[in-house]
Amino acid sequence: MAAYILRRLVSTVAVMAIVGIFIFLLLRLAPGDPAAIIAGRSATEEIIAGIREQLGLNDPMPVQFLRWVRDMLGGDFGTSIFAGRPVLELISQRLEPTLSLSILTMILAVTVGVSFGILAAWRTGGIVDRLLAAFSALGYSVPVFVSGYFLIYFFAIRTHWLPVQGYVPIDSGLGPWFVHLILPTVALSLAYIAFIARVTRASMLEVLSEDYMRTAAAKGASSYAMLFHHALKNAGVPILTVIGISFAYLIGGVVLTETVFNIPGIGRLVVDAINNRDYPIIQSVLILTSGLYVLVNLTIDLAYTLIDPRIRY
Amino acid sequence: MLMQKSTENGVLLDVRDLETHFFGEESVTRALGGISFQVKKGETLGVVGESGCGKSVTALSILRLLPKLTARTVGGEVRFHGRDLLALSDREMRRIRGDHIAMIFQDPMTSLNPVYTVGRQIAEAVQIHSDASRSVAMAKAEEMLRLVRIADPDRRVHNYPHEMSGGMRQRAMIAMALACSPELLIADEPTTALDVTIQAQILRLIVDLKERTGTSVMFITHDLGVVAETCQRVIVMYAGRIVEQAQVNDLFARPAHPYTQGLMRSVPDRRQGRQRRLPEIPGIVPSLREPIVGCSFAPRCPFAIDICREKTPILRDVKPGHAAACWRSEEVIGA
Ligand SMILES: Nc1ncnc2c1ncn2[C@@H]1O[C@H](COP(=O)(O)OP(=O)(O)OP(=O)(O)O)[C@@H](O)[C@H]1O
Ligand code: SF4
Ligand SMILES: [Mg+2]
Repeated sequence: MAAYILRRLVSTVAVMAIVGIFIFLLLRLAPGDPAAIIAGRSATEEIIAGIREQLGLNDPMPVQFLRWVRDMLGGDFGTSIFAGRPVLELISQRLEPTLSLSILTMILAVTVGVSFGILAAWRTGGIVDRLLAAFSALGYSVPVFVSGYFLIYFFAIRTHWLPVQGYVPIDSGLGPWFVHLILPTVALSLAYIAFIARVTRASMLEVLSEDYMRTAAAKGASSYAMLFHHALKNAGVPILTVIGISFAYLIGGVVLTETVFNIPGIGRLVVDAINNRDYPIIQSVLILTSGLYVLVNLTIDLAYTLIDPRIRY
Repeated sequence: MLMQKSTENGVLLDVRDLETHFFGEESVTRALGGISFQVKKGETLGVVGESGCGKSVTALSILRLLPKLTARTVGGEVRFHGRDLLALSDREMRRIRGDHIAMIFQDPMTSLNPVYTVGRQIAEAVQIHSDASRSVAMAKAEEMLRLVRIADPDRRVHNYPHEMSGGMRQRAMIAMALACSPELLIADEPTTALDVTIQAQILRLIVDLKERTGTSVMFITHDLGVVAETCQRVIVMYAGRIVEQAQVNDLFARPAHPYTQGLMRSVPDRRQGRQRRLPEIPGIVPSLREPIVGCSFAPRCPFAIDICREKTPILRDVKPGHAAACWRSEEVIGA
């Protein structure tokens, strides 16, 4: 196990190096000269050249790349071209709304998705099952900006039950914080609920027809024990896998949702940075989310061993 | 529900006209065409027949463990201590399962839950039917593993199924089934999936435990040799019906149904490696999707005459305690 974790960490470093090269190249090769952008519209050629020199943009690519990596390892993610402030500071200011939205979304998607899937599998062809089929068709195909505006219209504009948009930090009160996050969380969760529920259903159905389920029934086990004790743990590996995949897709959904609900999070930071060609921000957010994703996957792989004793690394 | 564990007249299980159908897309399979038999207290009843004749469906119908969506028992009664199990609520039925009637299955490789330890799975049976604490139930599990002669039971209770051999898993299944001291144990081909030497050990274990505990056993097998070694009485099934029913001695001495005779001629020699799955009686088994006119064995029967193809023979005594469903039993016995 320890050897496995070590091996995985080594390969994580390799993966991150490749991801780093890609991110670096992607933005260097994209059109638009950052030095010209920083300098502004009316800047002269000399000023631009000076800035380019100052940023090290004249050095060979490998040198630029290594310098970038070295700085990041030292905790320096560069300075925003547009805001002129350290990128890390900008990111940490935007972290809370994004983390709040992501965590609430994952909690909602996993609890509702897994329960929905279990109930659908328990009575195939029953009401819950048919509801899931209809719901997942919708959940997949309706994008966040449609479901988001729809929710805003009904639950905020028409009924005034919930705030229309915006974000309230958690220290201004748990209540207002939560109330503002309900609609964005629901809007963002729909697709993940559909996805997780479908996989849970399929995986439970497979398990429910296994011989050991009949053995459990022959013991006199209740439906509850059959579903949640005997079946769910066996169905757990695929369910955990889709939770990991959902997590990977989450970042894209967060960007959209933050825009629709006017939440000042990382997503908005990135959108603004792209509009401004603010390379240091774009690069840093990309590399940090990639790192997070790799870590989540490692955690999930290790969690498999807790679920299934036959999995040993 | 209160179940007196005593019985008058010695009959523990009384199955009457049990009829179970499978419902397919556009056809109905009559897997059990109305069978009646009894299991007496303390006896071992053998159930034999070729693959597909309805042995497992009989067992699953008794315990109401048929696949819900496709199968249904459409007629008959399953009287256990005089009460019809088919009329019980789900909750009452759960109290019967595992506690009063337990079952072990053919394939020990797939019948245990892979993600829980064997000890925990045995303990679960104990905890469902008593208010034993987890630790008391685990102690009981260890005791049961010792009873089924698994070495190092204190260590083995913590094993997962994949850490055990097939034979050991089947022992664990037996331990689980007997953990609540059931009055009836249904063993559905418990040795078929095992190696020959292990088969003999498991058979001996079941016979031995049966003698010690006084449990009645319904022993399902396709192997008449196994019946001879383990059972007092036997029912022979063919195409969803019982075609012969007798004391084991009588059956072997004077088989009264041509199908039984055919099975006997093809009793596999178990010393020569794995037994054959299908005894070699020429001809094909009738489809259970269409109603069968006349004797279902007629297409394969060397004794068949006109009446066989027109009228279905019913089970009738050839002597007290020995019945066969054949128009020509008397000639068959003499042959
Ligand atoms: N899941 C099922 N779906 C449809 N029909 C089934 C199913 N299971 C059993 N049957 C029908 O019921 C009949 C009896 O099957 P059963 O499993 O009781 O046979 P068996 O005597 O136990 O055979 P084996 O020795 O192979 O275990 C089969 O011939 C088949 O037609
Ligand atoms: S009834 Fe006729 S066909 Fe059927 S087993 Fe007897 S002799 Fe053979
Ligand atoms: Mg069977």
